[in-house]
Amino acid sequence: MDHNHCRHLLGALSDYIDGELGSALCSEIEQHLQGCEDCRIVVDSLRKTVYLYKVTADTPGMPTDVRERLYKRLDLNEFLEIDR
Amino acid sequence: MDRNKQTTEDFSLEALRSGDRSEFARLVEAYSGVIYRLGMRMLDDPQDAEDVLQETFIKAFRHLGGFNGRSSLSTWLYRIATNEALMMLRRRKRPSVSIDEPVETETELEEPRQIVDWCCLPETEMMSSEARAYMDNAVDQLPPTLRAVFLLRDIEGLSTEETSQVLDLSEAAVKTRLSRARMRLRELLSSYFGERLADQNLAHKEEA
Repeated sequence: MDHNHCRHLLGALSDYIDGELGSALCSEIEQHLQGCEDCRIVVDSLRKTVYLYKVTADTPGMPTDVRERLYKRLDLNEFLEIDR
Repeated sequence: MDRNKQTTEDFSLEALRSGDRSEFARLVEAYSGVIYRLGMRMLDDPQDAEDVLQETFIKAFRHLGGFNGRSSLSTWLYRIATNEALMMLRRRKRPSVSIDEPVETETELEEPRQIVDWCCLPETEMMSSEARAYMDNAVDQLPPTLRAVFLLRDIEGLSTEETSQVLDLSEAAVKTRLSRARMRLRELLSSYFGERLADQNLAHKEEA
């Protein structure tokens, strides 16, 4: 990872994996990736990193007692029993 | 966020602005879960996350009269909550954590150090509870301003435009920070999964 070209492209990789790059820069990256194994690994692992966070994003919701205290604090107790 | 996103149109702004409590309760019901989750991820502490949750809706109720509808209600709520969380982090003043990254480093991207192709690891390995705990910890290591952008964009699924409204940043700044956050997480995950890969290769060798 000591080529100047790689450094120049690094800042664009995040936009690249989102498909938000202009076509000129996008094809420049794609061309570069064909010849640069290190950058290909960086792009693949960057994409995988974002993917892993997205697929594990669903966490258990708010605990019932937290919800109850919220409604109490907001003086909304009468709405606490409505279906969730 | 996309999964349970409700649009501003689902609520009567008129009722909310006039202080209708039943409509406000509907708003609380719809968004308290995501706001709590954001607080947990920003602060990694259930009590602090609960404080942010309560403060967010107290402030929302107080200021709904002045809500201009230029952004969506959800963006507006995220904005209040994110500000609360960032303020709380400032108050904590952990010496090892700098809340505001110096502006001049914003354009400088650190060079990747971990060049390991760990993408071929089995999904079960990457989704293990140990791996998830490591991933959560990696997010906690991000400076708060980068963490906020990453959580809003990649976890909550807000657009660049919505994130820029929540954080009062230009869209270019959102993209730069997202890029920095993702690259840092990539480093951390590469170091972790790289070791898992090495373990696995070693095990295969021993079997052979």
